[in-house]
Amino acid sequence: MTDAALTPAQAAKARARAEAETRLKRRYRAEARFRFYGRAAIILALSFLVLLLGRIGLQGYSAFTDYTVSLPVQVNADRVDMADLGGSNFNLMVAESALALLGETDDPYGEASSEMMAILSADLGFQILDRLRADPTLVGQTITVRGPMKANASLYYKGQISRDTEIGGRLLSDRQLDWLDELRERDLVSGGFNWTFMSRADSTEPEQAGVWGAVVGSAMMLFVTALLAAPIGVLAATYLEEFAPKNRWTDIIEVNINNLAAVPSIIYGLLGLAVFINWLAVPRSSPLLGGLVLALMSLPTIIIATRSALRAVPPSIREAALAVGASRTQTVFHHVLPLAMPGMMTGVILSLAHALGETAPLLMIGMVSFVPGVPETLTSAATVLPVQIFIWENASERAFHERTAAAIIVLLVFMVLMNLVAVLVRRRFERRW
Amino acid sequence: MTAQRDDALAAGSGTSARPVAPGKVSAQQVSVFYGDKQALFDVDLDMPDRMVTALIGPSGCGKSTFLRCINRMNDTIPGARVVGQINLDGENINDRSVDPVLLRARVGMVFQKPNPFPKSIFENVAYGPRIHGFADNKTELADIVESSLKRAGLWKEVADRLQAPGTSLSGGQQQRLVIARAIAVSPEVILMDEPCSALDPIATAKIEELIDDLRSQYCIVIVTHSMAQAARVSQRTAFFHMGAVVEAGATDEIFTNPRDSRTQDYITGRFG
Repeated sequence: MTDAALTPAQAAKARARAEAETRLKRRYRAEARFRFYGRAAIILALSFLVLLLGRIGLQGYSAFTDYTVSLPVQVNADRVDMADLGGSNFNLMVAESALALLGETDDPYGEASSEMMAILSADLGFQILDRLRADPTLVGQTITVRGPMKANASLYYKGQISRDTEIGGRLLSDRQLDWLDELRERDLVSGGFNWTFMSRADSTEPEQAGVWGAVVGSAMMLFVTALLAAPIGVLAATYLEEFAPKNRWTDIIEVNINNLAAVPSIIYGLLGLAVFINWLAVPRSSPLLGGLVLALMSLPTIIIATRSALRAVPPSIREAALAVGASRTQTVFHHVLPLAMPGMMTGVILSLAHALGETAPLLMIGMVSFVPGVPETLTSAATVLPVQIFIWENASERAFHERTAAAIIVLLVFMVLMNLVAVLVRRRFERRW
Repeated sequence: MTAQRDDALAAGSGTSARPVAPGKVSAQQVSVFYGDKQALFDVDLDMPDRMVTALIGPSGCGKSTFLRCINRMNDTIPGARVVGQINLDGENINDRSVDPVLLRARVGMVFQKPNPFPKSIFENVAYGPRIHGFADNKTELADIVESSLKRAGLWKEVADRLQAPGTSLSGGQQQRLVIARAIAVSPEVILMDEPCSALDPIATAKIEELIDDLRSQYCIVIVTHSMAQAARVSQRTAFFHMGAVVEAGATDEIFTNPRDSRTQDYITGRFG
């Protein structure tokens, strides 16, 4: 059969096939286009994430190292008033010893010593005070103390303050830079992991400030939140989903729970202010108060997550249990809840992770305050990580900027850990049978 | 309990020849409403002990709804309302004094899709006896599990892997596991809602064989779409249509000599 011999029917068939082919090609093109859009969206989202994390990491990593200085300090008896130890100027004593070590003497106006004090942390002076309190016989002797440099000095060592910058634009004078070089040459200065940052609470001095107070505050607050929100949320959801009659009242409750989940978190702060502080007189800026407010905030999310986890349990399991004569409660507790457990736990952990990062409602209840100590009880004044970040971001000292980023890193690490726990819990409880 | 049953079985062998006594389960004027919609209209039906009663009829005719009245599973459906009387051994199960939880221990149920608990084979069977306190200790519980699995014809296949998940079994085995689970609480009546519709022919044959075995001890009510199955396993058949019982009687009668033309049309495959 040749082409010329095509019957009309065959020609029509060939035409239809050609049309089908072009349609098919168009369909494949549309699919390829759609895939491209999807990939582009993911690449864009990922690059923003990398940008964000990269910026925070670059800005914050340096805060995890710090420089400490080891200085022999001549405890001059003239300078120590044993009757009022705390009233003595130990910082000056440290500065003078440092000057003496470098072969310099203070000038009559005390400019050299105050410049020296500006590169050595006040922590050294406090250490001498503590040592003298413990052992007054040290007066007149030389004791060696080891402590942080002032934040600006550390920034110089880290290369963030450069000698090339003009005098007016840099925080350290030429003389201070010379001293710092000298101290480093004499091996009196050593760099290392910044334990201060990981073990102390907030301070007005960046080199003495740490996130530990905020970490403990966050942990306590989260403890209160978890203790309240998880059982209440899970029980409320279980009742609503498994026991409550379906009528207008439960519809109203359901709509309201969904609405509450969308209420801006700062409103919960206002509620906490009105109810917990003004009415119930819970101590302000305490982890207990923060936990209560965040528990209220997390409840709707937990309830919604738990309900959807319960709804995902196949009804056949409920029927099976009921059909062998299990009561409703037995059905729920023996069969439905265990099956819904992974979903419920994931919901709870994720909403707690959300609560961990919450800032706005805590600002309303007075947690945005300078708290220099690690909280000891649930009612002592405390700050939490996100609020600490907020406070440091507003600080003027340059060294707080890297600490802000470092605190963000710490917060993110906790978030990632919680999400990881959520994934593991899911894996652990999920039954694939 | 088993011994008593065996005696009774010996006395009453040749059940199909026995005249139809007042049913073990007997429904009188049962109507079911889902909200405003009426699904069942004044159903009267006797389901005798030690016989298989098949409920046949086209989809949506109310046979499953009726079945679920017998163990009051309709109670669990919001908006469902049952009126009328269903007597189990002469006692109205719709009476306020009857606890549905206890009733369901007397009236077991097997569902369309095998629905074992996501637990071990042992746990699946042991769950019922455990919550009803049928076993005083582990040995007794193990005995109940073993005898139930044996009666469900599953023991040989699973004896060496009782701790394996129930869902690891094949569909037919799962359905027999579910039957063993129902048997384990020593019910008097077993309801089966299209128990073979999700199974292949070989598994179906096994279940049908099992139903035939169980008939000697229980009152069995089975909903089925397959007329052949109804003919094979049942002694009594009720034909449901549009929410009402059109015709009920001995299976042989219904299939060979139906009185109602609709029954005839249905069993000869003219609709449904």
